[in-house]
Parts: sequence; structure tokens; C-alpha cells
Amino acid sequence: MADIFDGATVLIGGFGGVGVPNELIDALIAQGARDLTVVNNNAGNAEFGVAALLKTGRVRKIVCSFPRQADSWVFDGLYRSGRLELELVPQGTLAERIRAAGAGIGAFFCSTGYGTPLAEGKETRIIDGRGQVLEHALHADFALVKAQRADRWGNLVYSKTARNFGPVMAAAARCTIAQVDEIVELGELDPETIVTPGIYVRRVVRVAPQAAARAS
Amino acid sequence: MSNPRWSREQIAARIANDIPDGSYVNLGIGAPTLVGNHLPEDREIVLHSENGILGMGPAPGPGEGHPDLINAGKQPVTQLTGAAFFHHADSFAMMRGGHLDICVLGAFQVAANGDLANWSTGEPGAVPAVGGAMDLASGARRVFVMMDHRTKSGEPKIVERCSYPLTGVGCVSRIYTDLAVIDVTPEGLVARDWVDGLSFEALREATDAPLADGRAG
Repeated sequence: MADIFDGATVLIGGFGGVGVPNELIDALIAQGARDLTVVNNNAGNAEFGVAALLKTGRVRKIVCSFPRQADSWVFDGLYRSGRLELELVPQGTLAERIRAAGAGIGAFFCSTGYGTPLAEGKETRIIDGRGQVLEHALHADFALVKAQRADRWGNLVYSKTARNFGPVMAAAARCTIAQVDEIVELGELDPETIVTPGIYVRRVVRVAPQAAARAS
Repeated sequence: MSNPRWSREQIAARIANDIPDGSYVNLGIGAPTLVGNHLPEDREIVLHSENGILGMGPAPGPGEGHPDLINAGKQPVTQLTGAAFFHHADSFAMMRGGHLDICVLGAFQVAANGDLANWSTGEPGAVPAVGGAMDLASGARRVFVMMDHRTKSGEPKIVERCSYPLTGVGCVSRIYTDLAVIDVTPEGLVARDWVDGLSFEALREATDAPLADGRAG
């Protein structure tokens, strides 16, 4: 994590509380980089994970689809006081912009959001009879993702809905760091079932799953 | 009865009964989730959740949940035999690509032309959140809305034009409320059915857009 620099754009996996690399976020907080742009589907819960990172005041901007939650008081306070910039993106457009970045696509047209406030200021076209909005790829310097198992080459498999944004984020960043429950020997992951091929993953960190988290 | 209306569960059961066998369906967060409790047992209906499941099952029993298995509302769920997991870009490609037969969404307002407003009241200072609503509205082949016919203060929610910020343009196929089932057609709104004890005239008064009597003729 030492090379995460001030002003970096950081993709952080997870949907709600599932698939969030909380220990990597804690390490980013300890590391101290500031003026960050953070991309996550939500904007943190209570005061851990993404919310704890926001609370440090080191995040300049967050790109997300659903910041408002029952326990998103850290985000709510920063947003209302103007200390945090928000770019609100429909969830599928967020995922596809990240995917596009990893796939070398500069921008794409899609019908989501056409005719709504979230399309204001964006180029639109009628394609195949439908209004469509131009959306640009969302590149990042770093991605922090959580997977279940990895091998030395960085191949990843995930657990159920904890997969969520992990695969597209891993491909979209110049440097992807994955936290995993377990690192296995090369060959132990079935090549037919690897979800994120190791080419997208620079570093793997094993974080022992906590018994408490498992039981919840 | 002076104020006849269908309960949430009755609306959910009506919607469930209108979902054909073999459909791929996404149920929005909130009240639409109730539809899942009423799916007819003799039909195979595959539920999609935006966070990467096809073949989502009901809430787990006590102590049976898995910490990595939740639905779009972040509630614990189960996986049915035959379920599949996938990442977010695939999940939303299923919506945007027209692969989902039906989605059921809540709404603040629906306009006579099928415009949907369900993500923001546009109030200054409110914290906005859109999630997957716009993707579902524009992507699912048929969009069913499940909502109360009027707001708690009695304002009609079916309107000529939405005053709240739009979620999607002309996307709603059918509206299920506590008073009626209304189709959005190229010719305008057509009431297909309404609650016993309510006159069509009373239904029309509760609706702030032209409404045709679909029972007549």
C-alpha cells in the first residue's frame, strides 16, 4: 500500500457490507494518502471501512451509486457540509464504466439515465430508436478488492455475492491489491472456475477471516 | 366500507400471479420484495438480484444465512439449486441487454406516458441515491410499478407529468396500487381492475391523469 499517492483514484470493491476489503482500507487509513478520489457502490456504513476512510477527511471526491443508507452518517455529514464531492452514477453505468476502463474502451452509449437529471450535460444520441447517453471509462490508479482465494499468480475466486465489483475493478486499475481469506498453491484453483485471471492482480494479501464475521 | 383498498400483501399476490412461468424477474428493494413471497408454486420463476445472483431464494432460517449472500436491499437471502453468481457488469448487462422479462419497482410518481420517478424527491439538501433503479427502468422488458395510489397526505401519485426527477422515460408497463391495476398503453392509462366497493368515478378522482375504463366494453 506504500505507493498509494496523494491525489490517487482508488476503486474499492463491495456492495453494502459484502465484499468490502475492510482490512486494506484500514491499511490505507494508516498509510495516510490524502486528496483521494474513491469509487465504491456505496459511501460507507457506520464508522468502519469506507466510512472510516471518509472520516479521516482525506477523500476529496467519491463516485458511487447509492450513498444514502440508514447508517451512512459519516458521508451524509461531509456531503451536507460541502467537504466531500459526490459524483452519483447509476449502478450499472458505474460497473460498465469501470469495465470499459479495464477493457480499453474509451466511452460507450447506453440508455440508462436518458432523459433524467443524471444525463444532464452529457452527449446523447438516438441509436436504434432509443435515446442513449455517452458515458466515459472510469480509470483508476489502484483497486482494493476482496476475494476468497488466490494463488501466487494472482488468480482469484470469490465467495457468492461478495464477487460484485471485484472482477471489473481488478481489471480497471493500474495496480490491483486483493485481500483474500486464503492463498493456495499454483494449480489448486481449477482453471475453469478462476473468475479474475492473475494478469489483473499485482499484489495479494492474506487476511485471516475473523470468526466473528463468519458467524454474523 | 368507506375506504376499500388492497393490502400490500394483496398487491404483491396480484403481481406475482401476473408473472408467467419461466420468467426472469428482478424485484426492487422495499415493498416489491414482498412479491417473492407469493410466487405460484407451480411456476418456475427465476429471481435476479443486481448484486450478482440468478436463482435467489427466500430469507434464510435462523442461523442458516451466509455472510456473503445478500440481496439488493442488503438483507440475507439464500441460493436455490441451479443458482448462478456473476459480477456487477454482467448483472447489469442482463438488465440493460433486455434479458430480464419483468422488474417490479416502487415509485414516487408515474406519469400517463409511463415516465417513472422513484429515486429522488429533488428536495434541496437531500442526500441523493440512485442505485440500480435507472438501469432496471430502462433495461427490463416490462416494468411493473407497485405503490400506493396516493401519498400519505392524499396527493395522487399517478400524474400527467412527473414533478419529481425522472428515473426513466416512458418505461412503465403496468401500475399496481392499493386501489387498482392500470396499464400504460400508447392510448393512455387503462384501468384493468380495481378494488371492490370503489366506483370507477372515485378511482378517476384519485388519479391525476386521464384514465379509461378497461372493464367497459
